[in-house]
Amino acid sequence: MRYLPLTDADRREMLATIGVPSVDSLFRDVPESVRLTDTVNLPDHQGELEVERAISAMAAENTPAGSVPFFLGAGAYRHHVPATVDYMIQRGEFLTSYTPYQPEVSQGTLQYLFEFQTQVALITGMEVANASMYDGATSCAEAALMARRVTKRSDVVLSGTLHPHYVATTETLLKYLEAEINVLPPDTAGDEDVASHIGDDTACVIVQYPDLFGRVRDLSPIADACHDAGALLVVAMTEVVALGALKPPGDMGADIVAAEGRSIGNPLNFGGPCVGLFATRDKYIRQMPGRLAGETVDVDGRRGWVLTLSTREQHIRREKATSNICTNSGLCALAFTIHMSLLGEDGFRKLAMLNHARTVQLYDRLEAAGLSVLNDSFFNEIAIDLGKPAGPVVDALAGDGILAGVPLSRLLPDVPLAENLLLVAVTETVTDDDIDRVVAALKEIV
Amino acid sequence: MAAKDTDTFTGNKGLRIEEPLIFEQHAPGRSGVDLPEPPAVQDRLGGLERRDVIGLPDLSEPQVMRHYTRLSQKNFAIDAGFYPLGSCTMKHNPRLNEKVARLPGLADVHPLQPASTVQGALRLIDTLAHWIKTLTGMPAVAMSPAAGAHGELCGLMTARAALEARGDARKRVLVPDSAHGTNPATAAICGYSVEAIPLNDRGRVDLAALRAALDEDVAAFMLTNPNTCGLFEDEILEQSQAVHDVGAFFYCDGANFNAIVGRVRPGDLGIDCMHLNLHKTFSTPHGGGGPGSGPVVLSEALASYAPLPWVVHGDDGYEVVEHEADASDAEPYGRMKAYHGQMGMFVRALAYMMSHGADGLKQVSSDAVLNANYLLARLSDELTLAYDGPCMHEVLFDDGFLKGTDVTTLDFAKAMIDEGFHPMTMYFPLVAHGALLMEPTETESRDNLEQYIDTVLDLARRAKAGDAQTFQDAPGYTPRRRLDETAAARCPILRWKPDSVSGEAAE
Amino acid sequence: MSDLKYSREHEWVRLDGDIATVGISQFAQEQLGDVVFVELPDLGKAVEQNGDAAVVESVKAASEVYAPVSGEVIEVNSKLEDDPELVNRAPTGDGWFIKIRLSDPSQLDGMMDEATYNEFVAS
Repeated sequence: MRYLPLTDADRREMLATIGVPSVDSLFRDVPESVRLTDTVNLPDHQGELEVERAISAMAAENTPAGSVPFFLGAGAYRHHVPATVDYMIQRGEFLTSYTPYQPEVSQGTLQYLFEFQTQVALITGMEVANASMYDGATSCAEAALMARRVTKRSDVVLSGTLHPHYVATTETLLKYLEAEINVLPPDTAGDEDVASHIGDDTACVIVQYPDLFGRVRDLSPIADACHDAGALLVVAMTEVVALGALKPPGDMGADIVAAEGRSIGNPLNFGGPCVGLFATRDKYIRQMPGRLAGETVDVDGRRGWVLTLSTREQHIRREKATSNICTNSGLCALAFTIHMSLLGEDGFRKLAMLNHARTVQLYDRLEAAGLSVLNDSFFNEIAIDLGKPAGPVVDALAGDGILAGVPLSRLLPDVPLAENLLLVAVTETVTDDDIDRVVAALKEIV
Repeated sequence: MAAKDTDTFTGNKGLRIEEPLIFEQHAPGRSGVDLPEPPAVQDRLGGLERRDVIGLPDLSEPQVMRHYTRLSQKNFAIDAGFYPLGSCTMKHNPRLNEKVARLPGLADVHPLQPASTVQGALRLIDTLAHWIKTLTGMPAVAMSPAAGAHGELCGLMTARAALEARGDARKRVLVPDSAHGTNPATAAICGYSVEAIPLNDRGRVDLAALRAALDEDVAAFMLTNPNTCGLFEDEILEQSQAVHDVGAFFYCDGANFNAIVGRVRPGDLGIDCMHLNLHKTFSTPHGGGGPGSGPVVLSEALASYAPLPWVVHGDDGYEVVEHEADASDAEPYGRMKAYHGQMGMFVRALAYMMSHGADGLKQVSSDAVLNANYLLARLSDELTLAYDGPCMHEVLFDDGFLKGTDVTTLDFAKAMIDEGFHPMTMYFPLVAHGALLMEPTETESRDNLEQYIDTVLDLARRAKAGDAQTFQDAPGYTPRRRLDETAAARCPILRWKPDSVSGEAAE
Repeated sequence: MSDLKYSREHEWVRLDGDIATVGISQFAQEQLGDVVFVELPDLGKAVEQNGDAAVVESVKAASEVYAPVSGEVIEVNSKLEDDPELVNRAPTGDGWFIKIRLSDPSQLDGMMDEATYNEFVAS
């Protein structure tokens, strides 16, 4: 077997050194009644060619986004990833290393995490960021836990602008703690008064920006209302490219930004892995979940990096840890960092404006075609009211080779107001021809 | 003693190159991408367009390439050397897995595409689930958790949901002294208090103490098996019986499943739920700290409380159940994360499983256990074994052999770095004083094992011979020598700032 | 002979009227190593004997500091926020943690004097 270096001669000699007759005897602590005598009922080993053929066959049964006009978003956006990014993250020194617990042999990982933290803090307009979380939804849930620690209050208000998976993930993480979770109804009308739901026990309000329906709004009044009431404002984001065009949450008074960062550097991957971004204010760093890389010096006085403030983490604090999270999303964070470094200030802004401008083009075309769009504002995603259930429309268009968007009923199955809404995202990967086709198809079908 | 910066003009040492932060290499007017000009439109940003300077550095593509290449060269990695980091399972990461994970049909698909356009992706998840269920002998698996600790949380939440369904949430979770720190942290998030169960003098859970602690207030017993001392819990059948006798659930931390895969099925041990670390047993790369994947296998008693979503066989092929309303009789307790799980990791793990097959996976655990026992046999005379063997996939020593040498476990580990090895896990588990936990995995050759063993023996003899200074000065041949973690924690610097005093400009 | 009383959890108490000053022992700071952060309770907090009062962190460990006596926290040593190293330099002096207004002076009776504590640590 190609992954196993020991030869039968090695095994015999090693067993002799150990002083046992067979490998089976090394398993003598396993109760005899539960030792398998035969191999499990699965196929035997296969060569590279056969495995690649089998998995390629599964891949071939799917419609890749790049093969058709593609407009899906709803928290996962398709962007072009430069070739440099994927080459670089496959370097074995990054790919096959562990968490950088031995800093002298992990300066590469630690330095890019420090760069990642800096980039995340800069784009979100916050003071400090951690080395990443599993995904945006778990970042959001962890933000709620952190707000409870900071404010020593119990309750959480979840805006009706928040992605339903983020709502569900947050509800789940808080499910068995003493917390009242006030989930506001989906804000299809865009007139939610979230501030009116803040109470004396409210630890935080969580809103999404741009929101589930693609709209953007100034969060400063909500931040003020939160702070007046002693609560924190958590801003969730599913599309960080927006930060190249939009005022950052940090400039509007956010206390925590919990975002999905996959749009930068990472493919869609059918939803995972992702990279959760988590940024906050300096004064809260010791209440922050997740790993942190910090700057220091070595015994010769040379600048270097270490994991720091690890006493907050589960391997030391155990049941008093800030979170049970043990892993970040290292390689996805590296992809983010490299892509962001390639983009730079101008590239990031331009990428964002490219997304926005193409979405405006689609918006104008839809309006001209007589279709009704929910949004008065947006970044790169809009909600179209089809006047009939969006699910079957999407399925029909998929049959014609167009992946037109996400029917909101996929996320909000029990909400009558959402049934006719189609979420459509437009990134730099969408061509003029794609826009022509989707507009024509929607016009015809509606 | 390593040479100082001043030895060369640049501070570089041949292949060892000093590299400033990306922010210190900025010059306006450069870019690493060529994007078209955005079409001129009237913006719809609601009056919220960004006006500040973000502060991202501008570099060209070759500069970015060189920067991250240089950073990569400061890392130790499995590809480059032996990485016997106990409890972390640093085994070879096959590149076939990377290749197939990048097929556009798997990497370039959206989680919310119509099911008809992702049948192969759903078939892949279903196939992986079948392999996992067969290997563990369990009837169900929740695929979505993103890592081991996340799987642990999923498992314990499932147990709590099942207990609540019978109106009996209970109050306590029992955890052995040797447990991963994540176990008590997880119990706390599930609203349970934690009670530690001591080990016996053979490094296993003290069965009498477990029985004494079990009562009808106990929700679950969380066991790692093989345990963190690298030993199989030989009384596990008695443990599961005792746990079930009081109506509690038996949670198993499956971090060490690589020791028994293909030889023992957790389902036969009376386990109710167990997470698997696909990034340990099934060789998806650790990636410098993630992403991982932590599917959780569940017994009949727990299966119907698994979190959303899951894949089912419908009338028109595979479907995803994403909402409770579509879950028929099941009572999902919630959702662990957005979308369907770590697809990228699923592809890699399945490629690994198919490559090894049923016969190869059995050989994997056999060789992993053989290698660890070989270390045990060869090192025990010079080092102090924490508990008698045979061990499973890893072997635990304590620092008894260093007593009176002025060399600590940390010093010993750092000296291994200078010898070209990644250190063993230090100071874990806590039950062994100054623990040194070594996990060779099945993918090391005999030659590598011999060189490692000879190195450890030589260092142990040097420590005992009174050469403490060498250890205390180690490592000397690394890009940085020992770093001041106290300064880092007292005055945390967690990001670069333009006015950063320590930020040396890159000229 | 010092006027300090010690707990089995390595806290010390110095009594002045009904005000108890609380810190951690020389032995405890040696065990912890370099202290990097101290988390102090809010003023006015009611603490219970042997209940959580503060947290002290070194690079590798975080430990609860328990209240050796019950009462109300009337002062905290805010110098520790900027200079946690004080705990290492002067554990029984400037490195004190909190002052508690005692609710039950008899609780001190169960504590060790310095000689007894030193024997306790040595064993």
